[in-house]
Amino acid sequence: MKKIKVTFEFPPNGIKQPLTYHLIKDFDLMLNILNADVSLNRTGRLVMDLQGEEEKLEAALKWVEEQGIAFKLFEKEVIWNEEKCIHCGACTAVCPSGALSMDDKTWNLKFDQEKCLICELCIKTCPLGVMGLNGDSLFIDSYRSE
Amino acid sequence: MSKTIHEINEKIKAGKAIVVTAEEVIGMVEENGYKKTAETVDVVTTGTFGPMCSSGVFVNFGHSNPPIRMAKVTLNDVPAFAGLAAVDAYVGATEMSLKRGMEYGGAHVIEDFIAGKDIALHAESYGTDCYPRKEIDTYVNKDNVNQIYMFNPRNCYQNYAAATNSTGKTIYTYMGTLLPHYGNVTYSTAGELSPLLNDPEYRTVGLGTRIFLGGGVGYVAWEGTQHNPDRERTENGIPTLGAGTLALIGDLRGMSTEFIRAGVFQKYGITLYVGVGIPIPILDEEMLAKVAVKNKDIYTHIVDKSGKVDLDVLVNYEQLRSGQVELNGKKVSTAPLTSLIKSRIIADKLKSWILAKDFLLTEKVSDLPVHNKVNTLDIRG
Repeated sequence: MKKIKVTFEFPPNGIKQPLTYHLIKDFDLMLNILNADVSLNRTGRLVMDLQGEEEKLEAALKWVEEQGIAFKLFEKEVIWNEEKCIHCGACTAVCPSGALSMDDKTWNLKFDQEKCLICELCIKTCPLGVMGLNGDSLFIDSYRSE
Repeated sequence: MSKTIHEINEKIKAGKAIVVTAEEVIGMVEENGYKKTAETVDVVTTGTFGPMCSSGVFVNFGHSNPPIRMAKVTLNDVPAFAGLAAVDAYVGATEMSLKRGMEYGGAHVIEDFIAGKDIALHAESYGTDCYPRKEIDTYVNKDNVNQIYMFNPRNCYQNYAAATNSTGKTIYTYMGTLLPHYGNVTYSTAGELSPLLNDPEYRTVGLGTRIFLGGGVGYVAWEGTQHNPDRERTENGIPTLGAGTLALIGDLRGMSTEFIRAGVFQKYGITLYVGVGIPIPILDEEMLAKVAVKNKDIYTHIVDKSGKVDLDVLVNYEQLRSGQVELNGKKVSTAPLTSLIKSRIIADKLKSWILAKDFLLTEKVSDLPVHNKVNTLDIRG
């Protein structure tokens, strides 16, 4: 069994096939919809966790592509520069999945990577610039050291 | 039984003072009652670490040869106010970089000064007979300037309204990102640990009070701007909206980037997180009752930051801290903006300074106003 996180991008004219039905029925996948933004005549986006046999996952993604749906595997993840964090909690105001929360005893910020949808809202919201995508520059560095 | 500040200071010097934080004192009162705790405890320390936009730093750069009467000044491309004497300037926290906009500003310059970094100084002038130089470019840091001290016109808001958003679109405010259709509520306070909530009627805090400011020692310089003590108050004397404020002053050289941090609120602007701790002398049982206040007895209003709906929801900080409050019959998530863990570290640090005899309490030189009229800005033609 293998688990992947993937974003599907639908073309504006939608798709003819019921996507989730086929993924479950034809490829025996367990799926969990993490984020969906799909409306008529617009480019749609669907973020899912897919779990199943490796070859079935591969076949499923191949089939998805044949339907004219682009997909992107999550390689990046949100990272938290804990050392620079002041634990104010401003990011918890926008986190849709509860991946970011406050410990109700210590009032430290907690980040549960498993729950993260990589929506990136926290990156823009964090006043201290301590949330980032791995690979990107994490925070505004000193003026002169650039 | 009552104590004077002088007596408390003698106990501090003798290493006999009992000092606890405003959170610790609550448990002591629960266990031993007001009377006994008032006799035992000498000082209660408070702390807060939140965004305080009305902050800034005065700098005197020293004179170059030949000298310049600086008329326009930038520090790391952030304009500083130079409408003062020849080489004095004021760096305001919210000022934005001319080149980088909202990404870097006065608050970042202040944080970089505290970190000991070199800051690019550019100044221009029209040239005078006594100050012939018209332009200068150099680097300054906290050690090669003359004076560098923080002077914050408004810090330590006694209380503050919690924020939400009634509209269908996300709004970006100084209270953080507010999600559509009352999608969240943000609040900014250290609650029962917050300085002016522990001395709600300004009995011990006044002009000249020595405090913890940004990791160093500072003082209350004046009432803060928009000081509004006449706000509605609950029975315990605590206002249910932003009321009293403080103007604070302190040497930047004693400060640490652990307790002064630059921040940027998305699509709003730059701010400075300021760490403040104020010691409250326990003069008598009445003063102890004030510092023993609990989150459940401190109320604030939730307001619609879009300004569209006249909300009037009163909640207490125990409810806000629980992570959810009820709004229009629905549960809404809450999020803090003040760092409670940092506020606790500040109250603890101030406590350790006093216990180490490094910090003595001060008598206030003068009272903060207990009545004040706050004006609105009317448009006159």
